[in-house]
Amino acid sequence: MSENENQPAVEMRDVSVATMRDIGFVVLEDVNWQVAPGEFWTVAGQPNSGKSDFLKLVAGLMAPVKGECKLFGTDTRMFGEAKLAERLHVGLVFAGGQLFNQLTLRENVSLPLQYHQDLTPAAAAQEVQTLLELVELTPLADITPSNVSDNWRRRAALARALILKPKLLLLDDPLAGLGLRHLHWWLRFLDQLSHGHGWAGGQPMTIVATTDDLRPWRSENRKFALVHDKKFFPFGAWNEVESANDPVVKELLAVPLETTI
Amino acid sequence: MRENLAKAFELTDTQLFRRAPLPKSYTDFLGRKLFLFLITLQGLTAFALITLGVILRKSRTARNVIGPRLRQEIARAGVALLPMFLFVALALGFLVVGQTVSALARVGATGYLGSTMVIVVVRELGPLLAAMLVLARVGSAHVIELGTARALGEVEALEALGIDPVHYLIVPRVIGMAVGVFALTVYLILGALASGYLFAFLQDVPLLPGDYFKQITEALGWLDFGLLALKTVAFGFFIAIVTCFHGLAQPLRLEDVSRVAVRAVSQGVIVCVLLDALFILLYLVT
Repeated sequence: MSENENQPAVEMRDVSVATMRDIGFVVLEDVNWQVAPGEFWTVAGQPNSGKSDFLKLVAGLMAPVKGECKLFGTDTRMFGEAKLAERLHVGLVFAGGQLFNQLTLRENVSLPLQYHQDLTPAAAAQEVQTLLELVELTPLADITPSNVSDNWRRRAALARALILKPKLLLLDDPLAGLGLRHLHWWLRFLDQLSHGHGWAGGQPMTIVATTDDLRPWRSENRKFALVHDKKFFPFGAWNEVESANDPVVKELLAVPLETTI
Repeated sequence: MRENLAKAFELTDTQLFRRAPLPKSYTDFLGRKLFLFLITLQGLTAFALITLGVILRKSRTARNVIGPRLRQEIARAGVALLPMFLFVALALGFLVVGQTVSALARVGATGYLGSTMVIVVVRELGPLLAAMLVLARVGSAHVIELGTARALGEVEALEALGIDPVHYLIVPRVIGMAVGVFALTVYLILGALASGYLFAFLQDVPLLPGDYFKQITEALGWLDFGLLALKTVAFGFFIAIVTCFHGLAQPLRLEDVSRVAVRAVSQGVIVCVLLDALFILLYLVT
């Protein structure tokens, strides 16, 4: 990986994205995008615009229909067993958490570490406990996901994605439906990760998050992109988003009646 | 039109094919059934080979995770079913063995007792009954668990974490079921033979326990032990493959899970009967 340190974290050239269920159904076309290491991107789009499939493609869960997608210089098509180490530099937090319902939250977080480093639960316990404390999940750690609220399930999913200390963190609509306290916690914690958190050895983490509501993400430190009508528009900084004359951007910035912030 | 329908309802081609209206002619209906059978056979074969490949290649990978899961599956497909199997062994002993011993004694044919018991209980009823019971109790649970996990995106999550779903979800189930069916068959056979004699004894059949078990051991050859082990392990392996294939290998929605579970159990029964027929041929040849 060391020879790939200076490579872009994500590089897409003429990429077409299909859905996971049907590779013949293209949701995004001709995506050209580059994410430098340490950048924090928010990809906005209306519901069902293909954001989740786009993120799964970036994570290497599926190959592009057309074009080339590279993570730290490695083509995601080559992400087989031999390139597992490269693949583990990417952490993905699914929209619904997608935790393993048979396992407790602690076991969910511990599983990737135990599996990839062949550790017993006791050997992994210290590291897991540190991360659980970091995401404030310790009191709920021995409960199964179905018995905790969605707010805490999301945090467990975040902890599970962070346990292997990824260099690139992908988050699918992480703020959707969160309570106000949790929403602020997430924004603060993601900013800490982006600037270099102790958990990741102080190294700035590259973050890509999707959303269908741009308002909470407003920040001068983040970059923004829009997914609409099968097209990908990388805007850049927040002022470019605000000055965009796109009706979809205006809709994503509009305040709904039932707003909580 | 068909493509649009598939996209609209997010159905795969095979699922769409299954849900198509009944064809007008009987030959078309048979053709469709044959086509579906071949698709399933192809999928099952590929899945079995992939699983075997993973068992061989990853036997030393993540032992601290797979080991406990393996023990858990052996307990589920073996130890946890012991009480039920003891009851079935008693029933089998009473219904089949006891009556057979009694009938043979009435016609003075107790000399055939050993070979009759070996053919009926050891070669046929024991393994087949054990396989059916494990299929019903554990196989159906496999389809539901895996189908639900697939529908809820847990399998996708495993892939995102770099964990091979076949290694983590399937290998322990396959090995656990193979070991479970083998062990339970042995218990079932021993229980049925012992309880069978007990019921025959209660019916005043003039046969000493020593003679009864001597006849059975004389009728048993090394081949019986070898083929019994092979047969039960094959039953367990293929039941697990069929049930796990239907649970994991196809994208499911939650509402599909119960329907697929029924299909998997039916196919599991067919696979067991076909395997049994294959082993009868083996017995005849050897």
